[in-house]
Amino acid sequence: MKLYLPSDEESTLPLVEGVKCGFPSPAEDFSDMRLNITEEIVKNPASTFYARVSGNSMINDGIGDGDILVVDKSVDPYDGCIAICYVDGEFTLKHVEKHEDHILLVPGNKKYQTIRITADNHFVIWGVVRYVIKKL
Amino acid sequence: MFALADCNNFFVSCERVFNPGLNGCPVIVLSNNDGCAVSRSNEAKALGIKMGVPLYQIRDIVEKHNVAVFSSNFALYGDMSRRVHLTLRQLAPAIEIYSIDEAFLDLRGMERTDLDAFAKKASALCLKNTGIPVSIGVAPTKTLAKIASKTCKNRPELQGGYFLYKQEEIDRILPTVPVEDIWGIGRRFSKMLHSYGVKTAAGFIQLPPDWVQKQMSITGLRTWKELQGESCIDFSDHVPPKKQICISRSFAREITDYVKLSEQVSLFTAMVCEKLRRQHSAAYQVIVFVLTNRFKANVPQQYESRLITFPVASSSTLEINRAVLKELSFLFRKGYAYKKAGVILTGIIPGNAVQLSLYDTTDRLKHARLMQVMDQVNTRIGRGTLAMATESAEGIKMNRQHLSPQYTTRWSDIPVVKSSG
Repeated sequence: MKLYLPSDEESTLPLVEGVKCGFPSPAEDFSDMRLNITEEIVKNPASTFYARVSGNSMINDGIGDGDILVVDKSVDPYDGCIAICYVDGEFTLKHVEKHEDHILLVPGNKKYQTIRITADNHFVIWGVVRYVIKKL
Repeated sequence: MFALADCNNFFVSCERVFNPGLNGCPVIVLSNNDGCAVSRSNEAKALGIKMGVPLYQIRDIVEKHNVAVFSSNFALYGDMSRRVHLTLRQLAPAIEIYSIDEAFLDLRGMERTDLDAFAKKASALCLKNTGIPVSIGVAPTKTLAKIASKTCKNRPELQGGYFLYKQEEIDRILPTVPVEDIWGIGRRFSKMLHSYGVKTAAGFIQLPPDWVQKQMSITGLRTWKELQGESCIDFSDHVPPKKQICISRSFAREITDYVKLSEQVSLFTAMVCEKLRRQHSAAYQVIVFVLTNRFKANVPQQYESRLITFPVASSSTLEINRAVLKELSFLFRKGYAYKKAGVILTGIIPGNAVQLSLYDTTDRLKHARLMQVMDQVNTRIGRGTLAMATESAEGIKMNRQHLSPQYTTRWSDIPVVKSSG
């Protein structure tokens, strides 16, 4: 019986771009232009964080249980913005309404109550929500 | 001009970003295996908790003052550090990453800007983007920038940024800086300086330059000049490849079984070789070492290492692992309980400068291809996806009782926001 050692030459042939038999692809010059969803939703990578929603108090704003929030800490909170707020030991998701001497945290669901923030609360606006990722 | 941006109590600050309730409370972060306090909030420092103190020595304080304790979460700290560096990069022409919580900025060419305002603005932007408080000191030399940044930490009214350049201000600050706090003066030299009665930076620059050079070599003289505003330490925005790479860990529980020990050492070898390839280098020598617990009396003690030299510098996990395991089998003694082990690569050269040997029997090209595939798969899918059969599949066994979630690097760990109240 004769034994042959298989040659591994074939598998090591380098893949050379440009050595082709057919017509060169007219799309070749555009091959770098693929879309990356992160580019669209993350404007500032240093300050963008993700968080997950638990509950339905913002359902009228289209934000439901289990959705992923894209939060940009570098964005200044504006009146009516949807933000992750830290109130007395807990993160909560609300509209932030600025009034002259107080702040209101308004839910997007009539079943829930508005929270009035005063100087007695430990309150921080953690970050403004820019996008919501939701599975349909 | 140079700036040093130094994150305040960095590991603690990272934990606080995701746990704002900890602001104002004493917090500490422990080293690997929950051993010692390696990062402390100002409140924890005020309680007398010293840097590097073992947890068991401060149990009373921790309990009495309700100190929040965390295991180190390097996935989180690494990501937060990257975010701070990213922010700084937008502000300065060049940045040199000095450590996980420190970076130098090259501000040459920005002398016409109001650098005090710049420093304060940069600090505010880091805080806004990441939630991490950063002290930014600007000065004519790197050594003075370090001092300026430290000054920010002690004086909140500076709002995280301080431009130290006026001679009268430098003259006022240097007498308050102990020699052991000067960047570049190690423990040995500060001891030597103390023995000559030199206690502060102001005293140090009074010394004659030739004496400094004779006692402390050219590096000491450089520090001496830098403190007087003459820039001598170069700015480099690329990290030089490491001359020595080490992976070592203490085990959560002592290991007496050879197979278990070799699994861990194999894992260290795989990790250290991965690091070696990431900097495109190869190594001539590898050291493997084992340690028993020297704090335990009445048990047999061993602290031993073995050095292996390769005829041809290698970066192949397989080749290096084979050699390491062979030496480990000589090191291992039955009946000994091992507390720590490690693998160190030395004799490191650039990967493209490997001298081949006439008598070399290893198919280097094949190894290189295999390693390339392994690294690619492991970066894409996660470390350990492709591993050697000798590696521990459970990873490194570490004590991490107080570990916080990987808020920014793992989907299942991202913060949960309540929307139900």
